[in-house]
Amino acid sequence: MSVMLAIARHEWSRLFVSPLAWMLLAITQLLTGLLFALSLTDLSLNPQRIGEYDGVSELVGAGLFRFATVVLLLVVPLLTMRAFAEERKSGSLELMLAAPVSPLALVLGKFAGTMGYLTVMWALIGLMPLSLLTATPLDVGLLAAGLLGLWLVMAAFTAVGVFISALTREPTLAAIGTLGALLLLWLIYALSTMDWQPVVLGTTLPLADAAEALSLIGHHDALLRGIFASADLLYFVIFTACFLALAAVRIDMERH
Amino acid sequence: MESDFKLRAQGLTRDYAGTRAVDGVDIALAPGEILGLLGPNGAGKTTTLRMLAGTLAVTAGTVTLAGHDLAGEPQRAKQHLGYLPERPPVHPELTVDEYLGFCARLHAVPRRQRREAIAAARADCGLEDTGRRLIGHLSKGYQQRVGIAQAIVHRPDVVILDEPTAGLDPNQLRGIRELIARLSRAHSVIISSHILSEIQATAARVVIMHQGRIVMDEPLGETAAPVVEIALREAVTADSLTGLDGVAHATALDDHRWQLTPAPGCDIRAMIAETAAGRGWGLLELGAARYSLEERFAALTSRDAPPREAAA
Repeated sequence: MSVMLAIARHEWSRLFVSPLAWMLLAITQLLTGLLFALSLTDLSLNPQRIGEYDGVSELVGAGLFRFATVVLLLVVPLLTMRAFAEERKSGSLELMLAAPVSPLALVLGKFAGTMGYLTVMWALIGLMPLSLLTATPLDVGLLAAGLLGLWLVMAAFTAVGVFISALTREPTLAAIGTLGALLLLWLIYALSTMDWQPVVLGTTLPLADAAEALSLIGHHDALLRGIFASADLLYFVIFTACFLALAAVRIDMERH
Repeated sequence: MESDFKLRAQGLTRDYAGTRAVDGVDIALAPGEILGLLGPNGAGKTTTLRMLAGTLAVTAGTVTLAGHDLAGEPQRAKQHLGYLPERPPVHPELTVDEYLGFCARLHAVPRRQRREAIAAARADCGLEDTGRRLIGHLSKGYQQRVGIAQAIVHRPDVVILDEPTAGLDPNQLRGIRELIARLSRAHSVIISSHILSEIQATAARVVIMHQGRIVMDEPLGETAAPVVEIALREAVTADSLTGLDGVAHATALDDHRWQLTPAPGCDIRAMIAETAAGRGWGLLELGAARYSLEERFAALTSRDAPPREAAA
């Protein structure tokens, strides 16, 4: 346990001495900040639009979180490629492999370190809609559900990234692979919105339902609408745990 | 007997995609001993060391570190191990202190002893003035020292250094040599190199590898038993010579002259004279030839088939 925390702390501090992490943080802030300002400007110019939504909280909050997910799609691969692929390439992974650390502790440590960094990013994004509290009453429950969803999406994305990073020794390959995998998850959601019900051997396949159940975005969407269901929560927990376990198995195979 | 050795490897074998890189290597390391692992490039040195450090799985064989089986209880065994891979596994973006602090935590050095452990490791490696400098800004020699400091910060029983002197200038070389000699006071050390003078200057015992096998395992210096050359009046067979106690290997130089390689730690001169007299071989000459390490290295590693196959 203490070794896992040591690795997490090490990851965290290494991120904050690298220009990449600060640059990513700055660009994410710039992009989400611009979107936040734009949606506020839009609202002040066309106040009648608020009727279509569940108040400011959904219009500004959920919109911002949705956009942040898209930004994460690009940010997370760049962070997770460092986890194993870069260390393997530079040879510093040997240090961890020769140390008395179990593969699972190593994977969890790396995951926790990256999540620590992403949590900073998450808090900065969350502060934007919450700053409106000074000017207008907000649906804090809706925002909380959305923020929880955003954090869970970060964890799920990071778990996929850590796993793919554990597969290769080329950081760029890990980044592109992760981006591809995350976009694929996105596509599954698109499948669920299609009206396509293929009939095989006389039975109608519930393709749309299956796609929605599997899609990460579908479960996130419920949280963004303020619906907090334990099924959605469980989905993210299982998803994340599966990919972290796979990464640990891969690191254990490293010696072979 | 088992517990006398800090590290013991038996029958280490490693296959890479059908090719046997290391074949049946046995290594035992006594406390405080410096063992030099020599061999031409591609002899299997790094593969052997990686198996000893547990970063590469063995195809066959066992490794025991301070009484713990590396395959059975890897966490416990690795607690007693410090390892410097071929490339120092340093993070250039960290300072020396930050990096060593992480290594100490990784090896579960208790919080209270950490500061002391880092200071001691830095002092041992001549890094007293570099604690707050970025590793990436240090010269190669100093980065190598940081790599060694990383391997000893948790005071392991066994320190494995894979080519610690590669790419250093002569002054840095001397510094690392002195450092390794100092390490032997508290640790057992395995050091690999393909440079003979390096091993001669530091190691007390030398193991030469060739084509994945150990072809020589002997103490260095005065204690090394000499190779014996004899001339006999009568013709004898190689088997009757290698059958003698303490003779590892017999080579015919011509019809009557033989070169005998003793088994590690045996001085066979007196025994040969007595046996030759007793069996009426007619001993004409008996001379001890001390070959330099370089000559023996060349002889052992230039032939294609390792001599072990010819040994009795």
